Amino acid sequence: MSDENLGSPPSENGHGEAYWKENIRLLVSLMAIWFIVSFGCGILFRDFLDQFMIGGFPLGFWFAQQGSIYVFILLVFYYAWKMKRIERHYDLDD
Amino acid sequence: MSTQTLIYIFVAVSFALYIGIAIWTRAGSTKEFYVAGGGVHPVVNGMATAADWMSAASFISMAGLIAFMGYDGSVYLMGWTGGYVVLALLLAPYLRKFGQFTVPDFIGTRYYSKVARTVAVICLIFISFTYIAGQMRGVGIVFSRFLDVSVELGVIIGMCIVFFYAVLGGMKGITYTQVAQYCVLIFAYMVPAFFISMLITGNPIPQLGLGSTVNDGSGMYVLEKLDSSLQEMGFGPYTDGSKSMIDVFCITAALMIGTAGLPHVIVRFFTVPKASDARKSAGWALIFIALLYTTAPAVAAFSRINFNATVDGTAYAEAPGWFTNWEKNNLIAWVDKNDDGVMEIAKGDAFKGAPDYAEGTGAEGQRLLNNEVLTDNANEVYVDKDIMVLANPEIANLPGWVIALVAAGGLAAALSTAAGLLLVISTAVSHDLLKSTFKPDISEKGELLAARVAATCAIVVAGFLGIYPPGWVAQVVAFAFGLAAASLFPAIFMGIFTKAMNKEGAIAGMVTGLVFTFSYIAYFKLMNPDANVAENWLFGISPEGIGVIGMLLNFAVAIVVMKMTSKPPVEVARLVDSIRVPRGAAGAHAH
Repeated sequence: MSDENLGSPPSENGHGEAYWKENIRLLVSLMAIWFIVSFGCGILFRDFLDQFMIGGFPLGFWFAQQGSIYVFILLVFYYAWKMKRIERHYDLDD
Repeated sequence: MSTQTLIYIFVAVSFALYIGIAIWTRAGSTKEFYVAGGGVHPVVNGMATAADWMSAASFISMAGLIAFMGYDGSVYLMGWTGGYVVLALLLAPYLRKFGQFTVPDFIGTRYYSKVARTVAVICLIFISFTYIAGQMRGVGIVFSRFLDVSVELGVIIGMCIVFFYAVLGGMKGITYTQVAQYCVLIFAYMVPAFFISMLITGNPIPQLGLGSTVNDGSGMYVLEKLDSSLQEMGFGPYTDGSKSMIDVFCITAALMIGTAGLPHVIVRFFTVPKASDARKSAGWALIFIALLYTTAPAVAAFSRINFNATVDGTAYAEAPGWFTNWEKNNLIAWVDKNDDGVMEIAKGDAFKGAPDYAEGTGAEGQRLLNNEVLTDNANEVYVDKDIMVLANPEIANLPGWVIALVAAGGLAAALSTAAGLLLVISTAVSHDLLKSTFKPDISEKGELLAARVAATCAIVVAGFLGIYPPGWVAQVVAFAFGLAAASLFPAIFMGIFTKAMNKEGAIAGMVTGLVFTFSYIAYFKLMNPDANVAENWLFGISPEGIGVIGMLLNFAVAIVVMKMTSKPPVEVARLVDSIRVPRGAAGAHAH
């Protein structure tokens, strides 16, 4: 995908482009966290993390069966909250 | 009151509730039938989405699978929840802003092509039917065990109930029945989990109980105890899996992206009033789902401990009641390899294949089998993983009303998912094929009638598949995710995030993803099941995880074809601009 694909939705008030760029930046950082807690902590680095314990859980196992799910919830609500603020800022909210 | 009477009462009351809601929320227009009028509150929609999402497989099978897979079961936990992050961040708000009724609507409009729309409809029908047959089967299993009717009659009763509220109420009826079904199923899942967690660890919260010490005075943690007792029996440790890392990675990814591409899940986000509500609603759906999904691994570990403790080393003559009950229902079997009358659990299969019961009983009263007994291991017990959740309350000796509750919960889970899928299928036929492709001049009334007729046909076909499951149905249900990830997800994603993607690229991508993934699965699961071992897999990826490769191929082919063909018309850029900003959803919503 080239850059022209990701940029510039011109909208009525001319803020579309800046709004969309900010949205993409937010998406990239949140998807990175999504990847790190599930595929990172729960799968790729599980063996390393399993040497640490929280309560009766090896840490990698905990991420795979509990922790990643809690982080997912936080990510979705943070995104909903943050987007609402960005939209108000650019006067594009619904 | 006997447990059996309680089961009848619980199931009858829950069914009466669903039918009552259906009559109360009858759909009057196609908009109400397809998307509940587009005015559902985000929290209500989140709850309905959760019920829609959590199928018989989540409720009945998942904890059982995890119990026997240990760490490897994490693929389902992360896969079936992480998909909601993908959905909430990358798809749902834009599709809601787009503002029409279906996934093929979006693909057909964004790619300005009836061919693209038809390809999307084919993907959708294929995905939904493989999924629904499994639900009807789940209904059949619950009925046959708990209500003492045959699987066939169970499926027919289930069909009648779903018919009633899906055909009458459409999306509106389904949404509110699903809210009731969520309450029934989550209550039914949590209550026994609390009890069992309390019994085993002294901590009633299952999520914490799983990380606590066992209540038997040994001072060991639950997982530690499970690891050590399994290793004594010759299994690998519970907290360690047997799948390769790349396979776990790919299956998790296929399930996550497949979740985001499943039409019956996406369509739920067309029912909320605004794009920002779609984002919130996905969060609420995830909370309601996570409640069950974080409990499931605890239920899994506890049930494995209980199962081993009550069965291993027990004489068959003293086997608990649930053991012989499920044996009668063909889901448990015991072969006395060393003729000592004692049941032993060890690594390996007790005999070849699924149990094939013979006439008559053995020395201890156990049912005899025609299967070839495998003597290279000491394991004597066969157990169908699907029964762990249903049998759990009995294994833990919980009171009769808890068992009755679980029966009602299993039915709620299966029926809610079946109804959601049926609606997607009927909408695809009446709206995407009839109204948008073949007969655009059909009246509102005619379209609504067509939707109801299509829903009726879909129910009959689904019921038929539930009663006579061809071998491939059960095999293929889990692969619906791979197919969704490889076909629909990339087309929708590129439709939102790029303006340059054209119809040629999207169609070529969808067809490539679908054909590649389907052929890989069909080869290993249907045509040549003996070859289905890690050595033969592409890069060591099992058919469950191959959807990820299908998805990458879809993206690659779409981009190459796009570069070689003409640019999309200017209206497309305008459409993409408009779905990217939330303002103005109300206009589209008046459609």
